[in-house]
Amino acid sequence: MSEAISEAGAFRQIGTRPIRPDGLDKVTGRANFGADFSLPGMLHGRFLRSPHAHARIRSIDITAALAVPGVKAIVTGKDFPDVAPGDIEGGEGGGDYHDMAVNVMARDKVLYHGHAVAAVAATSTRAAEEAVRLIEVEYEPLPVLLDIDSAMAPDAPLLHDHLYTEGLPEKPARPSNVAQVMESTRGDIEAGFAEADVIIERTYLTPTVHQGYIEPHACLARWGQDEQSTVWCSTQGSFDVRSMTARVLDMSISRLKVIPTEIGGGFGGKTTVYLEPVAILLSRKSGRPVKLVMTREEVFRASGPASASKIKLKIGAKKDGRLTAMSAWLAYEAGAFKGSPMVPGVMCVFAPYDVPAFKAVGYDVLVNKPKVAAYRAPGAPQALFATESAMDELARVLNMDPIELRLKNAVRDGSQASYGPKFNAIGMEACLQAAREHPNYKRPLGPNQGRGVAVGFWFNVGMQSSAEIHINEDGTATVIEGNPDIGGSRASMALMAAEELGIPYQDVRVLVADTEAAGFTNVTGGSRVTFATGMAVIEAARDIISQLKARAAALWNVDVEMVDWVDGKVVARPGVNVEADPLTLADIAGQAAKTGGPLLGRASLNARGAGPSFSVNLCDVEVDPDTGKVDVISYTAIQDAGKAIHPSYVEGQMQGGAVQGIGWALNEEYIFSAEGIMENAGFLDYRIPVASDLPMIDTQIIEIANPGHPYGVRGVGETPIVAPLAAVANAVNAATGLQMTELPMSPPRILAALEAAKG
Amino acid sequence: MDSFAFQAPTSLDAAVALLAEQRQASVRTQILAGGTDMIVQMRSVDRAPRMIVDIKRIPETRSIQLGEDGLILGSAVAGAELSARDDVAAIYPGLVEAADLIGSTQIQGRASVGGNLCNASPAGDTIPALIANSAICQIAGPGGWRELAVEDFVVGVGRNALEPGEFLVALRLPAAQPRSADAYLRFIPRTEMDIAVASAGVRVALDENGVCTAARVAIGAVAVTALLVPEAAEALIGTRLDDAACAAAAAASSAAARPISDKRGTETYRRQVVGVLTRRAAVIARDRALGGQA
Repeated sequence: MSEAISEAGAFRQIGTRPIRPDGLDKVTGRANFGADFSLPGMLHGRFLRSPHAHARIRSIDITAALAVPGVKAIVTGKDFPDVAPGDIEGGEGGGDYHDMAVNVMARDKVLYHGHAVAAVAATSTRAAEEAVRLIEVEYEPLPVLLDIDSAMAPDAPLLHDHLYTEGLPEKPARPSNVAQVMESTRGDIEAGFAEADVIIERTYLTPTVHQGYIEPHACLARWGQDEQSTVWCSTQGSFDVRSMTARVLDMSISRLKVIPTEIGGGFGGKTTVYLEPVAILLSRKSGRPVKLVMTREEVFRASGPASASKIKLKIGAKKDGRLTAMSAWLAYEAGAFKGSPMVPGVMCVFAPYDVPAFKAVGYDVLVNKPKVAAYRAPGAPQALFATESAMDELARVLNMDPIELRLKNAVRDGSQASYGPKFNAIGMEACLQAAREHPNYKRPLGPNQGRGVAVGFWFNVGMQSSAEIHINEDGTATVIEGNPDIGGSRASMALMAAEELGIPYQDVRVLVADTEAAGFTNVTGGSRVTFATGMAVIEAARDIISQLKARAAALWNVDVEMVDWVDGKVVARPGVNVEADPLTLADIAGQAAKTGGPLLGRASLNARGAGPSFSVNLCDVEVDPDTGKVDVISYTAIQDAGKAIHPSYVEGQMQGGAVQGIGWALNEEYIFSAEGIMENAGFLDYRIPVASDLPMIDTQIIEIANPGHPYGVRGVGETPIVAPLAAVANAVNAATGLQMTELPMSPPRILAALEAAKG
Repeated sequence: MDSFAFQAPTSLDAAVALLAEQRQASVRTQILAGGTDMIVQMRSVDRAPRMIVDIKRIPETRSIQLGEDGLILGSAVAGAELSARDDVAAIYPGLVEAADLIGSTQIQGRASVGGNLCNASPAGDTIPALIANSAICQIAGPGGWRELAVEDFVVGVGRNALEPGEFLVALRLPAAQPRSADAYLRFIPRTEMDIAVASAGVRVALDENGVCTAARVAIGAVAVTALLVPEAAEALIGTRLDDAACAAAAAASSAAARPISDKRGTETYRRQVVGVLTRRAAVIARDRALGGQA
């Protein structure tokens, strides 16, 4: 692993690699995750889930189930309030509150196999399971739609009778399975294609995949007779769980406290609610605390996987490689309710390139599968799989080096982004140049081996964050914030607080607080935590520093203008006549009582200025020509981090995203029967890579400071999963001479393509 | 999981008597060796034994005897114990490798070859390797002791030839001929922690000139049970196991396969790959046999 290329040299602690504060608990098993909490008198809940992918519910009879000894409560759709439609605020990814409520518990229809139909709380899991078996449901099966083409067909059966396509000039006369159409254009694409010497045009397909977080969804809920409820749960956003649950149950936010547990992975999949409203309702009905934990099978069938997609892409270029026009038709599966990541897909499909004319049209398409949720850079891996595959093919047709071709068309500072703003201080060219110079780009290849290059991109967001810093009597500090720590954010927050306050990292403790103890904070998502919550921590520390200066000035009896904060100490400016030895944080904290009371700093903000992060990935594969098996033999991720606060966790993000992207490229897919039943709902046959499948993922952090952050930070969590799909495909194509356009490139699919190519 | 009784007899006679007693009383009884398949299956509702009989304390199920007559491998010997025996691996490297492919390091501490065979999965890794090695099942039961060729032991998906009250005590592998060796290969999309999409076990014996005098080829995951493929063996016997002979054996395996299409692979794919594995396993077995000569 190469060292970060650093432009800033003034930091004392930023950029070092201390052990994360939550590390010991996590490696020793002491950390408490979603399923680890219990309360006296607690009941265990289980779900009855739909055996059909699409059916009308005619009746539900719970009489026999209620008679099972130990059963204390059963809820069905009838127990839930009607929720008015409205766009979901917060979370990550689109959707509607009414849909969310119906997804949590089916009402008149089930819309996918595994859709919750009823839930039971009992004194034991066994009693709950027995009761679930005894619930009688009469279904009227309906036609099942499992792919974009059949859902978009003009005469397709409808999932929802009252869904009309949005984004058209006029409200359509008939309902549809297409929830939204969006178009983004610039320039004259007809002229652009007419001008082109070479045109590449292909259709790319990606399957439904799952984030594959190791910890299943879990929560514990306690409803109180005073109408106050408490939920312990594994989530990326405790405030989102609070607002979503309150909305689904039609309760005041003030009645609900959400305590986030440690979280065993989320990747965007834990930004919505499945269990919490059900657990509260069961608790209210039974008067006892209720714990709900999904099985792995339930996670696959009934949480929020990532969209399958179909993308038709066309790119035109001159002989010298200059792009003249690009067009894309992008359809993303939303699952059973509207809200696929089609919009970001449309926005990012051309984002890495400066092209004079483009047109992208996107479709949000409903199918009888679980409602999708965010998955790292939602929509971008699918879109850039298409773009970066086509760019690679263009390079081959033009006989150009793929990095040269991309450099020729790369967006740079001042380029107008395809999605609107002018780029400023971006790392696209720097990443491409680093890739071109990287030893792994020059390594000789053996027989049946091939190399692929691809670019990754993500917008990154800011959004709302709060932070407080409490200074202890000895000058150590506690940071209080509200973002569950998924990727080492406690360590990053502690580093930033320590840097500002001039105290050692070890002297800062970071508390991820509940919704009543932390200020409002948006979800851990959008690659925003180190950027936005980090900014709040820095501002909270600076709030402390300004108080330290005021207190020192008061002690010295000088004007506050006459003191400065230098190297972790308050110092008097030259010209101050009193005896004024520099004062550290500890010095002032020790006399807090004398100088105005406890030291407490805080900040709340809606962060602007999130800088996009570009990446370039290099992938070498070897393809077994007899079995179609692909072995990744070398993988290099190069990414602009702006400023790596804790380089190990930036590298970890890059490596983790690469691994997930490689899995998506090679083996991961939901396999459905014709009836819409997922046939591989377990990690045995839903094949995420295991450690021995992969080489060490090499990383190189590029640091082009983001002017929108005090330390230059830009989000790094999502970009890493964007490039691998095409990087792997391009490597496979280089090794085999094939042109793979459908994922996953599983051995049977590759072998069939090799056989077909033989004729 | 329902409650159940548990017994761990310490001798063959005691085990046979206990099983007979349970059979008499019509108690649903399950034999436990390593348990790595069984305990997972018990969590599913449809297999709820009322009595579990652990055979691991019976000395015969836990011993590895390698002698002039061949190998007697106790049915409950764990994969890790087998892998630790270099002397066994020197003679039956393919079998040891097959056992070593099952599960993870943790699973290897318990999973046994005998259990893998009794579980009777079409994709069981040790089964083609056992068939290639002409293994004989040694079975104890109320009717006494009997032996059965391993290729006749598995009779369907998850079904074996054990009668009620019987259990598998050991596997007997005949002594290896001079200049002979085995090999086992499976195909999985990953590198570990997976189930065979197709597999092949091959054992060959060569004469002083490198000509194949005897061969056994077995294939897995391409039919309801692992299959012995005599046509593939015939394609090898009398040759120097050159490319043409190995290709002919591959074609015979592909022809003998009766695969299905499912989430793990298509029919076409399995048919094709089982041939590739046969060819590659034959080459490995040949090289091992030749290596033994040097």
